[in-house]
Amino acid sequence: MLSLAGGAILALFILSLLALALARSSLAHHLVYGGSFAASGVLAGAALFGLGHSGPAETLTLPIGLPWLSGHLRLDLLSGYFLLVVNLLAALASLFGWQYGRHEKEPQRVLPFYPLFLAGMSLVVVADDAFIFLLSWEFMSLSSWLLVLAAHEEMDARRAAYVYVVMACAGTILLLLAFGLLAGANGDYSFAAMRTHRLSPLLAAGVLALTLAGAGSKAGLVPLHVWLPLAHPAAPSHVSALMSGVMTKVAIYALVRILFDLVGPPQSWWGVVVLLVGGITALLGVLYALMQHDLKRLLAYHTVENIGIIVIGLGLSLAFRAEGLAALAALALAAALFHVLNHALFKSLLFLGSGAVLTATGERDMERLGGLIHRMPVTAFTFLIGSAAISALPPFNGFVSEWLTFQAILGGALSETWVLKFAVPVVGAALALAAALAAVCFVKAFGVVFLGRPRSDAARDAHEVGRVMLAPLAILAALCVVLGVLPSGVIQLLRPLVTALVPEAPVPLEGTSWLMLIPLGLERSSYSGFIVLVSVALLAGTLVVAIHRLASDRVRRGAAWDCGFPDARPATQYTASSFAQPIRRIFGSVAFGAREQVEMPEPGDVRPARFEVAIGDPAWDGIYAPLARLVAFVAGKLNATQFLTIRRYLSLMFAALVLLLMLVAVSQ
Amino acid sequence: MPGLASIAYDTAHLLDTGVLLLSFALLYQRRLFGVIKTYAYQALVLAAAAAWQAHAQDAPHLYITAGLALVLKAIIIPLALHRIIVSLNIHRTIETVIGVGPTMIVGMALVALSILLVLPVTTAAAALTRESLATALSVVLLGLLMMISRRNAVSQVVGFMSLENGLILAATGAKGMPLVVEVSVAFSILIAFIVFGVFVFRMRERFDTVDVSALDRFRGERRDTL
Amino acid sequence: MRAIVLELLQLALTVALAPLLTGLVRFVKARLNGRRGPSLIQPYRDVIRLLHKDVVLAENASWLFRVSPYLIFTAVWLAAAIVPTFAVGLVLAPTADLIALVALLGSARFLLALAAMDVGTSFGGIGASREMMIASLAEPAMLMVTFTMALLVRTTSLPHIAEFVLTHDVGIRVSLGLALVSLMLVAIAENARIPVDNPATHLELTMVHEAMVLEYSGRHLALVEGASMLKLVLYLSLIACLFVPWGLALEAGDGRAIAIGIASYLGKLAAGGVLLGVFETSIAKLRVFRVGEFLGGALLLALLAAVFLYVSQGL
Repeated sequence: MLSLAGGAILALFILSLLALALARSSLAHHLVYGGSFAASGVLAGAALFGLGHSGPAETLTLPIGLPWLSGHLRLDLLSGYFLLVVNLLAALASLFGWQYGRHEKEPQRVLPFYPLFLAGMSLVVVADDAFIFLLSWEFMSLSSWLLVLAAHEEMDARRAAYVYVVMACAGTILLLLAFGLLAGANGDYSFAAMRTHRLSPLLAAGVLALTLAGAGSKAGLVPLHVWLPLAHPAAPSHVSALMSGVMTKVAIYALVRILFDLVGPPQSWWGVVVLLVGGITALLGVLYALMQHDLKRLLAYHTVENIGIIVIGLGLSLAFRAEGLAALAALALAAALFHVLNHALFKSLLFLGSGAVLTATGERDMERLGGLIHRMPVTAFTFLIGSAAISALPPFNGFVSEWLTFQAILGGALSETWVLKFAVPVVGAALALAAALAAVCFVKAFGVVFLGRPRSDAARDAHEVGRVMLAPLAILAALCVVLGVLPSGVIQLLRPLVTALVPEAPVPLEGTSWLMLIPLGLERSSYSGFIVLVSVALLAGTLVVAIHRLASDRVRRGAAWDCGFPDARPATQYTASSFAQPIRRIFGSVAFGAREQVEMPEPGDVRPARFEVAIGDPAWDGIYAPLARLVAFVAGKLNATQFLTIRRYLSLMFAALVLLLMLVAVSQ
Repeated sequence: MPGLASIAYDTAHLLDTGVLLLSFALLYQRRLFGVIKTYAYQALVLAAAAAWQAHAQDAPHLYITAGLALVLKAIIIPLALHRIIVSLNIHRTIETVIGVGPTMIVGMALVALSILLVLPVTTAAAALTRESLATALSVVLLGLLMMISRRNAVSQVVGFMSLENGLILAATGAKGMPLVVEVSVAFSILIAFIVFGVFVFRMRERFDTVDVSALDRFRGERRDTL
Repeated sequence: MRAIVLELLQLALTVALAPLLTGLVRFVKARLNGRRGPSLIQPYRDVIRLLHKDVVLAENASWLFRVSPYLIFTAVWLAAAIVPTFAVGLVLAPTADLIALVALLGSARFLLALAAMDVGTSFGGIGASREMMIASLAEPAMLMVTFTMALLVRTTSLPHIAEFVLTHDVGIRVSLGLALVSLMLVAIAENARIPVDNPATHLELTMVHEAMVLEYSGRHLALVEGASMLKLVLYLSLIACLFVPWGLALEAGDGRAIAIGIASYLGKLAAGGVLLGVFETSIAKLRVFRVGEFLGGALLLALLAAVFLYVSQGL
């Protein structure tokens, strides 16, 4: 299977070269999207097949690589699961892009890099040494950076791309250092050697910090999230879907691979750190999302929130594992990995849906949309399912994984460590708040974009997009329902994987059948999305028949009542900003220093009244702005070295050489 | 373990946590009358807690503590504060706090801190004593929090006295202080209260407010006003 | 078989009792206000009258607006069918634990808020926005109550919690008291009662629930109103099941035990209704932006409950 996967990845690289050669011809368009669709499909199939036949992990040695280290690929259960997630979504996004990409103004800025991006992501998850891992990680980062730059004529996109490339490079350097620590003094960069190499507690803590910062900056952990809401929306929508839904998962893969596989058994305080980072990320992510009125940026901030939820699961798992509560550790890990798949599904669905809205109206600003449920019924319906799923509402898939995370959190009460005992309920409350606020945010997003009356001509004249674009939406929406109602298939995929990562644990979710999800035993808790769906359908059906037969089934249409004062102007509707106002009042001053300014003219004055809200991101103002000033200051000082004579440059180099030699001499 | 010991334990626990809850209620109050009323309730529960401990531990001198708390703190001081507020005509003052939400979060963190602090270091002591100590330390810290998060002199006084309630609570849990100490603490509180009362009146007279930030302007070293 | 019969009985009982409970609360409030008030069965008459009326649909209402009332009512109904009201051993009981139950109500609220925004009026928006704000603060408090219960009884499955409280000597627990108060505050907020919302007003700018359902008429309105009546029954049943499960017929209970269960359930509902009426009469409505503090208080109490439980378990 691995050689098949390798071949498909190679095919993606070739596609990229072909697209470069063919440049602007329409053949390139079909070749790239059709080819990517096929290659991703093959990869997803290979991954699924590999997961189903859990033999020993396959390995493959490549002839390329560093002189002393040939490239290693490996397909184990963890790689297989993430390969499946990446490529399932990649195939659907390629399908969407096939039609969506036609409207691209400059296709030569998208087409060559798109297969490269897909190949990079797939290669990261099958890499088995640090060199291939970091190389493909950079392929992934730089190709997505070029895709963000596709809309290079927009100032915002250029700024986003700049911030992104800085953060991406910093993240890669940190990961490089983490691998350096893992490899140790002997410098064997293959993962197999790292697994056997045991680190001192201090170095292991260094690996944790570097991994959290390096992979976390790609995943969007607060406060390293600042690039994400800028860069993800700037790319074409199918690429946004992949960046938000899938690339962040590759970063999660890096976290799991390093923290659960390579670094060895966790120390007791690791879990608490990861847990708190996750909790803060989840809560701040959703609060920022609530303040947005750009649809795609709102979705990007929700990615931050969901990454937080996944990281909470990972942190719980680490903490429980360190404490010897293996069953709970397995449950938390299973919940986190399940949420990886779920978030990939509904986030891609929502991004693709926003792409459909963008195609139909040319608008991303929610304040200029509205009423699209009449104009774009299929998009609206699938977007509704995605919204319900991301808001963790039963019976959809998002709820299943969040519910499992909650079950693990409730288990945290059993912990013996005092810090964990107090951290767990606080994180639980934060998670509940985040889930509830996500529902607020998606009532806002769906309500303002699809419901009500159109707020602009573009929204009024919108038309449903083509079938090729609707097909991935429909497939993703169906998956959101199916995984929510019958989650046992995924649980079965996850069981061997979790057991491989937490070997001391019993089989996770043992009592679970196709019908009933039972995390720790029927007397503890249970949930069945299937019964919820079936009973709601049955009861609602009975109700409809009974009421229509026995009472009344007549409908008249009339003007909206609106308390007797209907106003025909769409501007009288609640907007996205006004919807978020109560939340802004409650959390605003603490979380983002929100300032409201009301300018009310005196009676008799004909000026219009003005109301302004200013919102800042404390991470930006508090960390990045001072950092940028510092860099500018240092750069200014170093600027002087640009104007030296050749002799001085030579003496600088000489001094550096002597210094290094002295260091070597001293260290020996 | 049902039975008498369990009931004694549960009741003491209930009363202790009642005092702590009322500390939170103090932080939650915005109006001065509300603050004073809550303080009186706290003193009342404290008196009950002391009396129950006196009964449960068979330590009669704790009844005196209870009586002092009841008479002095639940009746005399609140009445006096009430009169101060009425005579200064500041009863409509609504506190400008740092915001109830953040104060509450900090308060919760303080409670967690005191539990984390007390429970592990006192493993040798009896269960009840340890919990009383943890609760009492929380009450003390919350009293301090109230003093720093309020601007109004009257609520700072109440914060101080609620802090002292925490001390008494700790003392009752640990089989009580010697009676002499007890009485002298009670009277020092009374004197402190009188000093505060005089202070508040003078302050009102001079600055026409009881907002202590008015005092900052009259310090020796001036704060630079940018 | 017993499980299915009990389940059907409960489905019927909750729906049948819902308007009566609302009538009782209104009756108590009217009497306390010195009015005669409508009769206890007035809500039944209202619902039946609404069911027979035509639906007048706003011109730009979508399918979502028409489907929502049915789904909202069913979601709440299903949730009410899961809580053990008079007996444990319901066939649907394993469908959802306490957390999933709250989420199920969340689904209903999500749909209601969306339906409110569908017609595109300012009232719908204001109601939806505030309802979601209140819910987002109530849910963490609810979860912390769950956490406290789980800490004490090691389960979130409703019948097992009830059985634990019935069969173990739980004792006087401060934590349970705090959790109860917290759950009551949540219930008041979730059911749009005073001091969070006023179920009696229709034209006041503080309104939340009534603003959301403003565009509904006929059978749709009957269903939405029915759902909120049912939700009140559900929350009272939940409080009864978690904190005063006495009288509940256990797994092995015979017909007599079930009769006792039903009688005690009716008693608990009546007591809850009267208490709610008294409470609502004695308190003033809060400003909308103070609701945050009200529910923050609920969250605080629930957190304290968990902390005190740690303390009293004396680790």
